[in-house]
Amino acid sequence: MKSFSAALVRQQQRSGTFRRLVALCRKETLQIWRDPSSILIAVVLPIAMLFIFGFGINLDSSQLRVGLVIEDQGAEVQRFIASFTGSPYLRVITGTRPQMEQALADGKIRGLVVVPSDFTEKSQRPNDSAPIQIIIDGSEPNTAKFVEAYAEGAWQVWQRERAAARAQPMPSSIQINSRFWFNPSALSRNYIIPGSITIIMTVLGALLTSLVVAREWERGTMEALLATSITRAEFLISKLLPYYVLGMVSELICIAVAVWILKVPFRGSILMTLFVTTFFLFSALGLGLLLSTATRNQFDAAQGALNAAFLPSIMLSGFLFEISSMPLLIRLVTYLIPARYFVNAMQTLFQAGHVPQLLWRDVACLMASSIFFIGLTARLTKMHLD
Amino acid sequence: MLHRLITLVRKEMQALLRDSQSRRLLIMPVILQLLVFPFAATLEVKNATLAIFNQDSGRHSTELMQRFAQAKAFKKIIAVRSEAELQQVIDRQQAVAVLRFPTGFSRRIETKTAPEIQALVDGRRSNSGQVAISYLQEIVQAYQQERMLANAPQVSAVSKVVVRHWFNPNLNDTWSIVPSLVAIITTISTLIVTAMSVAREREQGTLDQLLVSPLTPGMIMLGKSIPALFVSTAQATIILVAGIFAYRIPFQGSLLLLYGSMIFYIIALAGFGLFISSICQTQQQAFLGVFSFMMPAVLLSGFVAPVENMPNWLQALTWFDPLRHFIVIVKGVFLKDMGAAAVVSNAWPLLVIALLTLGITDIVFRKRLG
Repeated sequence: MKSFSAALVRQQQRSGTFRRLVALCRKETLQIWRDPSSILIAVVLPIAMLFIFGFGINLDSSQLRVGLVIEDQGAEVQRFIASFTGSPYLRVITGTRPQMEQALADGKIRGLVVVPSDFTEKSQRPNDSAPIQIIIDGSEPNTAKFVEAYAEGAWQVWQRERAAARAQPMPSSIQINSRFWFNPSALSRNYIIPGSITIIMTVLGALLTSLVVAREWERGTMEALLATSITRAEFLISKLLPYYVLGMVSELICIAVAVWILKVPFRGSILMTLFVTTFFLFSALGLGLLLSTATRNQFDAAQGALNAAFLPSIMLSGFLFEISSMPLLIRLVTYLIPARYFVNAMQTLFQAGHVPQLLWRDVACLMASSIFFIGLTARLTKMHLD
Repeated sequence: MLHRLITLVRKEMQALLRDSQSRRLLIMPVILQLLVFPFAATLEVKNATLAIFNQDSGRHSTELMQRFAQAKAFKKIIAVRSEAELQQVIDRQQAVAVLRFPTGFSRRIETKTAPEIQALVDGRRSNSGQVAISYLQEIVQAYQQERMLANAPQVSAVSKVVVRHWFNPNLNDTWSIVPSLVAIITTISTLIVTAMSVAREREQGTLDQLLVSPLTPGMIMLGKSIPALFVSTAQATIILVAGIFAYRIPFQGSLLLLYGSMIFYIIALAGFGLFISSICQTQQQAFLGVFSFMMPAVLLSGFVAPVENMPNWLQALTWFDPLRHFIVIVKGVFLKDMGAAAVVSNAWPLLVIALLTLGITDIVFRKRLG
């Protein structure tokens, strides 16, 4: 009889927990639903951002503007010009040297090629090397490298044609034939889009939740909540669950837009993707809640979320910038950024499909970081007034 | 009039710098970003791993492999022994690319019958792959040139290319990032300070008090913008000083031009911030509004990828992005000693943007009054 009543009490407690949880989740969901900006964030923002990433961040230079300064009028030089204007990668603008140097300083061209006035004369002399000068705007190093490679490529075409015309022996040149695995046409979009889904999820997760607890404190509704009999776990779950559902919906929208509209190949399994996303979302939501709980101030929490979640996810996740090229200390820091593992998982899932060794490591790390952030939030959550 | 404005500005500054938590949040990010971003934001390929599948037994492949190993782009070279292993190395991201010297590679070089190296590149990161391959190509080219000179010195150097990198001779990524950081930091703080402060007043109900005070909407807007100007300029100065003295990036241009255009830039941004706050009801909305503006503004500014790689319609749209214009100015003044004429030609769009956004905000505010 005694054990029966104990069981009954337990059951009542359990159903009380459940009821409170449902009520709290309902309240949070209604709050999201009634605020038009939340829907904007969950549906419109991801699509808009995906388009911006898809079209705006393109590392494959289609046509680089390059200036050509011709100070020599020989026949050789005409062929030289032809090999440059013939390059599909360069858009050639001709002009005088001061004009082109000015254009380079103003950022109107990325580089300039100078054929000096003594070029023909020097190239006729047997042991002289007729130098061609290539000046490149170094203020954007990545673009500079491409300008250099394309300009030298055009120069080589000319060199080879010239040797052929003069019946000079050209050394048989060693070709490097490169094939891009997973991404045959080497489109940067194919890896930037999966990576940018990570950024979008970070924004959604951390930014939305960073304000929710702080808002309760600022508006004084936290005191009201504390007066009820909810437990810490119920409180946290009610703050996490609705935003988790929101995040998952956005994730699906993102994948749909990426695959059907932006035509990024998706080779992995959708189930695995959702599985990985779950853990990433919990860690992002956890971080947001942590900031919110720690600052109790929406303004500060917002700033914190921007600096602790958004910027690291852009700079240190490897979605664009190469982690292996960073100095050791920064490389170590990247291991602490959850976005790093999610970017890696998304890039693998989209392009390579299922690579268990990589994916399980990512999942494990994301799991650890969600436990860390949510655990820390739980510790900081005080269920009584100071 | 002036007295009222000064009082308002003082009140705003106090609200911003009131407690240590807020002060920390204004200064910490600047320091953090200064320490991390210049090292992190790199598209360079360094410390990469290269895998080599050598099926050739001649001396040329051995010689080339030694040269690859010496390049600073590649820290580690791993040997692959079978087709299956080759596949695995790429799948598991163990190397950025796998090179394969086919059987008879050295013989083909001797007999001049189109020797070929096959490269399999991890397309998951195609930009790094392309950069890595271009380094390999350089090494191979240098090797050929040497062989050519050794074999037939008289027909050799018919022409040669001399490459110079202006404004950043060693193609140092830091030189490109730090000036951009000046622009990005000002963007974040100006937007947050302007947009969030009005939303906070609205949430706390003090905005109505401000609106019924003798202050005109124009003055309220000014009162919200001037603190942003102070805070952002101070933050930009920290980055500038650190860039010049800690990162040792030579500052080429004129400080007057830089700070002059910075004022225009901050006003243009404050215009956006105030506009966002004028249409938002809560701080959360304002924050998300700031975010929805800032994210594309940063990404489409040319900071991450060149504007000219974008489709034409998007390039046209970036005209309304104040950051796009200001990044050109900061980088130009910092690295290239950009002249006044060029600065003005990049700064006038900022003025137009500022007038547009501030004008619209003024109308919205007046509507609320009337």
